[in-house]
Amino acid sequence: MSFYQEYSQFNQLDFNSFFKEVNSADVERVLGKERLTKKDFLTLLSPAASNYLEEMAQQASKLTLQHFGRTMLLYLPLYLADYCVNQCLYCGFSVKNKFERSKLDLTEIEEEAKAIAEKGIKHLLILTGESRKHSPVSYLKESVLLLKEYFPCLSIEVYPLEVAEYQELIAAGVEGLTIYQEVYDQDIYEEVHPDGPKSDYLYRLDAPERGCQAGMRQVNIGALLGLGQWREEAFFAGLHAKYLQDKYLETEVNLSVPRLRPHLGNFQPNSIVGDSQLVQILLAYRLFLPRAGLNLSTRERAELRDNLLPLGITKISAESSTEVGGYAEPQEGTNQFDISDDRDVDEISKLLDNKGYQTVFKNWHRI
Amino acid sequence: MKITVNGKEEDVEVGLGLTIVDYLESKDLEPGRVVIEHNGQVVKQEEWEQIELAEDDTLEILNFVGGGE
Amino acid sequence: MADRLLIGDKELDSRLFTGTGKFANQNLIPETIKAARSQVVTMALRRVNFDSPQQNVINYIPEDCVLLPNTSGARTAEEAVRIARIAEAAGCGNWVKIEVVSDNKYLLPDNQETIKATEILAKEGFVVLPYVSPDLMVAKRLEEVGAAAVMPLGAPIGSNRGLKTKEMVRILIEEIELPIVVDAGIGKPSQAAEAMEMGADAVLVNTAIATAKDPVVMGDAFAAAVEAGRKAYLAGTGAVKKYASASSPLTGFLKEDQG
Ligand code: SF4
Repeated sequence: MSFYQEYSQFNQLDFNSFFKEVNSADVERVLGKERLTKKDFLTLLSPAASNYLEEMAQQASKLTLQHFGRTMLLYLPLYLADYCVNQCLYCGFSVKNKFERSKLDLTEIEEEAKAIAEKGIKHLLILTGESRKHSPVSYLKESVLLLKEYFPCLSIEVYPLEVAEYQELIAAGVEGLTIYQEVYDQDIYEEVHPDGPKSDYLYRLDAPERGCQAGMRQVNIGALLGLGQWREEAFFAGLHAKYLQDKYLETEVNLSVPRLRPHLGNFQPNSIVGDSQLVQILLAYRLFLPRAGLNLSTRERAELRDNLLPLGITKISAESSTEVGGYAEPQEGTNQFDISDDRDVDEISKLLDNKGYQTVFKNWHRI
Repeated sequence: MKITVNGKEEDVEVGLGLTIVDYLESKDLEPGRVVIEHNGQVVKQEEWEQIELAEDDTLEILNFVGGGE
Repeated sequence: MADRLLIGDKELDSRLFTGTGKFANQNLIPETIKAARSQVVTMALRRVNFDSPQQNVINYIPEDCVLLPNTSGARTAEEAVRIARIAEAAGCGNWVKIEVVSDNKYLLPDNQETIKATEILAKEGFVVLPYVSPDLMVAKRLEEVGAAAVMPLGAPIGSNRGLKTKEMVRILIEEIELPIVVDAGIGKPSQAAEAMEMGADAVLVNTAIATAKDPVVMGDAFAAAVEAGRKAYLAGTGAVKKYASASSPLTGFLKEDQG
């Protein structure tokens, strides 16, 4: 079994006529329920539900409190390398974009690690583009072995791997896997990933599941909002999370809500996800999956992030550099995308403090 | 001849050969839907007449009774 | 569309499973089952007692019912498997309720042994309905090894205490795709309705019916309660406003945006 079966089944659905039939009574009925079915979830993503955002928000906030308390996990991304053989139309690191690529060597990684650790950050997300030549698993492993001296929690966001490779990295000290399908709609997927290994839809779709099988403690998935029709994309991402949650009870499943951001190149989104739509997606995720982690990155502007926090977010990134390195010696490199919230770790933890959240820098300690 | 029935040893008269049916009749049991396990094997009712009991055989004679929770 | 319960190869209209134990008089069994409109009836297999041979209980079960022999008396997976095979050989069909109890004080099921027995019998083609303490990981394992339904207990066997394990059973209903049949502990029709309202797919009731002053009327009462609970579940309990309206608005910032 793969999530692909479920995707194929629901892909037959006529979303437009479903959405047309949903009325406010349906939404109210769903809001009165304690536990939501897949159909209820889709109802919350409907146009009719957009009039109920406040009610949804109240419930989402309560549910989050119930399941997570007033805690917020803070993490920071570190790009190790920007070599990439793929041609994702929406990404600044695409092989089609000509710029000088770079990769941190172990000494540089250590410098970055020191600079980041000084900020008090314990949870690090390490990223690379897709290049088995420049960033092979052995390189990831060496980096992990080094970084784990500085960070008790390490997650990776790299090209999809085999189960055995994930296991190798877990043995080295990795605990979390982030991998976005980007777009669940298979046709659009093939369109925006014209070439390179990433054009293999299925291999990427099953990567989070391979991570679970390998024993990742956390898996973080998502749809890059803007690439496909957002209601459907959010629906599939939610189903995917539920599928993993149901099948792999040992893994904590998280969802991210990345929106397309400007970058080097000129790709235009297929559907515009405004702030209200983003809120609706977050709330629907929370109500459908009360115990899933919800992740918010610095792609969003500071003020919006502050407002989104109480709606169900459990993890945020801070002070992100989306170029290779960038913490030890900030410089003007090429970014994967532009970030919108550039407050530093201190400012963010103060803000969380003011809002009554307890900042969590790490989830657990490696023993 | 000694055989074990429902866990208890028993001395039975063999006579001209003792089949399962003969044994049940000697106990006044109607074949009905009694279930028989002979030396650990369930035997179908059709075969009861053909199976002759031998020394040291074991028989389990079972019956469906009321049950639930 | 008819609301039918699918288990194994059978489609059932009735969601009330009944038993044949503890009746003061076996002659009441057929009428009680009829009044309960039950289509799945369970019974046990025992060594014949030569001193007071009992009537075969199967003779009292209406012909059109699915027979669900249980493996009560089994203390290990092996014994349960053996009983199941015997029951099948005796012409009971291929349904079996796995019941492995090694604890003599509370009579709680041994989940580990139950999983083992379920795996073996499911492979042999049995329609296996295991009786377990409601535990999520156990239910997931049962799903994996091929159970046809999961039967969590509502309270210790025969205790008539109602749905003591409600929260645990609710988790099974939410997380397990297989039909959930609440077994044991249901003492009153209202408790059966409660289980059905919550989303259980069926309930098994024996003691409460068999030991009622009038089992036939009680069977009818349970049937009505199960149907009512099921209907309520399908209708979707009304939009209870569970959200508070007094708290400060969380989405006000969106309107500022638009204004
Ligand atoms: S999204 Fe990832 S795989 Fe695609 S071009 Fe950018 S870095 Fe490479």
